[in-house]
Amino acid sequence: MTETTQLAGRLDRRTPLAADRPRTGGVASVLGSVVARPTLTVAVLWLTLVVLSAVLPGALTHHDPLAADPAVKLTAPSAAHWFGTDQLGRDLYARVVHGTALTLQAAVLAIVIGLVGGSLIGLVAGFVGGVVDAVLMRFADVLLAIPSLLLSLTIVTVLGFGTGNVAVAVGVASIATIARIMRAEVVRVRTAQYVEAAASGGNRWWRVLLVHVLPNAAGPVLVLAALEFGTAILAVSSLSFLGYGAQPPQPEWGSLVATGRDYIASSWWLTTIPGLVIAVTVLAGNRLARALDTEGRAVR
Amino acid sequence: MTRYVLSRTGQALLVLWAAWTISFFVLYVLPSDPARIMLGPDATDVTAAQLDQLRHQYGLDQPVVVQYFQHLGQLFAGDLGHSIGSGRPVADVIGEAVLPTAQIAVAGLLLAVVFGAGLAVVATWTRNRALGQFLLQLPPVGVAVPGFWFALLLVQWFSFGLHVFPAFGGQGPSSVVLPAITLALPTGATIAQLLSKSLVQTLREPYVDTAYAKGAGRWRVQLRHALKNAALPALTVTGLIVGQLFSGTVVTETVFSRPGLGRVTATAVQGQDIPVVQGIVLLAAAIFVVTNLVVDLVYPLLDPRVVLAGSRRKLREQADGPTGGAGAGGSAVDATTTPTTAREVHA
Repeated sequence: MTETTQLAGRLDRRTPLAADRPRTGGVASVLGSVVARPTLTVAVLWLTLVVLSAVLPGALTHHDPLAADPAVKLTAPSAAHWFGTDQLGRDLYARVVHGTALTLQAAVLAIVIGLVGGSLIGLVAGFVGGVVDAVLMRFADVLLAIPSLLLSLTIVTVLGFGTGNVAVAVGVASIATIARIMRAEVVRVRTAQYVEAAASGGNRWWRVLLVHVLPNAAGPVLVLAALEFGTAILAVSSLSFLGYGAQPPQPEWGSLVATGRDYIASSWWLTTIPGLVIAVTVLAGNRLARALDTEGRAVR
Repeated sequence: MTRYVLSRTGQALLVLWAAWTISFFVLYVLPSDPARIMLGPDATDVTAAQLDQLRHQYGLDQPVVVQYFQHLGQLFAGDLGHSIGSGRPVADVIGEAVLPTAQIAVAGLLLAVVFGAGLAVVATWTRNRALGQFLLQLPPVGVAVPGFWFALLLVQWFSFGLHVFPAFGGQGPSSVVLPAITLALPTGATIAQLLSKSLVQTLREPYVDTAYAKGAGRWRVQLRHALKNAALPALTVTGLIVGQLFSGTVVTETVFSRPGLGRVTATAVQGQDIPVVQGIVLLAAAIFVVTNLVVDLVYPLLDPRVVLAGSRRKLREQADGPTGGAGAGGSAVDATTTPTTAREVHA
């Protein structure tokens, strides 16, 4: 019994998801992969909804997120107010929808900063090698010795508060992680035969780097960036919750939970619902990143 | 062995110095004016002369390099400077916050290890596929939940709903429970992810078959043979886990209004109290470095194969697949592998 299951396990491992990998094109195959991976489908749908509410919040709600109506303050979720209302009678659903843009912008900005900074450092370290490599990677090691939230807090201390500064802080804190992966990939690709061929074929070093090394090294880095999406959302909303991000009355996911905290004994929805939205978004992002990872491995 | 210990200790001190240096340059050199920050945003009626006097008082009118060596000299004398907010020595401010944080951190770590490892063991042990799959779905959820939200849910249920544990404060043992659970959730989820992955791999090893062939029962194989070996790669991320706990205290102690390092950090950031922030960064780096040092020193005793150069790196890579988990899983693990030649000394 054990032997058979183990053998099955080994076979599984050698054929990584080739069976349920979608063939490109065709409605039937798309439907097939939807049925085969329901959680991934839900994750993608949710993320689409999140992006939509960031870009076109008006399409999802006609309430004004800043319009106070004291007559309906602190009412529980109902048909009129899906997520209930806050202490000023503002519609919580509208505030969550309109708050998406700030949170998402901050997370995306953080990822871009981390991706650009980390990739540059990793690319230079891996491609140049030698002392430059050693110095840059020891620098990354040291940054990793400081917990990332603490590093972000240090940067916020200097830059001051606000969503933009929080995004920069979160992004800088992720540079070291991305630099390490990028360097590892560049070192792996640099010694490949096609890179040697390109170099001995008379290409300039920068052409070798940009055309031959970078595209082949980028895969795992992009997967990591996808994983960083969830991390960035969590970090941004944590910093906002602590009061370093968006300032009232501007709605933002983390600060919505922070405001609701004062009414936690009487109005559960003010903290529970925005927090749930954050959790589901992070979960969906991580699910998508995992799918990208397995796809990437199957192709490689 | 002595050379190994000395070289690892030296590297640890080097990392600590570098972390302090980086935090110094971030806090004192980046486009910011520490003197203005010290006065706070409300101080608009300060004359230039007063600013200059303040700069002189704190040595901010000196060249950066001079300031750096002044601070470094003070650091070696055990002086972390004075808090801008309260004027008290930073060492005192941090020192008295350690104990309450240690209480919830140790309790949280215990919970995380017990439940995280327990989940991994049961999920890989059970023959009930549905149960196993269900259990393995839990850790990804655990790492996706925002800590501050989870803490507030606990307060809602256990403090205002059931009235079992206090919602805030640091008085008595019952006030430790909810903060500890909050800290344990992401940490336990990380442990469960790493350990179950490592267990699945270990259970494929030939010696597991040997153990079965010798007539060992399933629990015995799982606990005595597989878990012992699977736990080793997980051990290498202890530094990461401790760092995660440290970060967690900032949010946790804020939600539960508990005194401690997290509160000190939050207050210092709020008041842009640069010396305190730098002290906290130094402490966090020290905890990370010491944890990794201990793991590095203990590891060869637990796994004799490590004396072969580089073999531990392989073990780490096993523990550290790209989606290893937690998002942060990836390379922080590698951070501990400052490629050391120490192991070659043994080989």
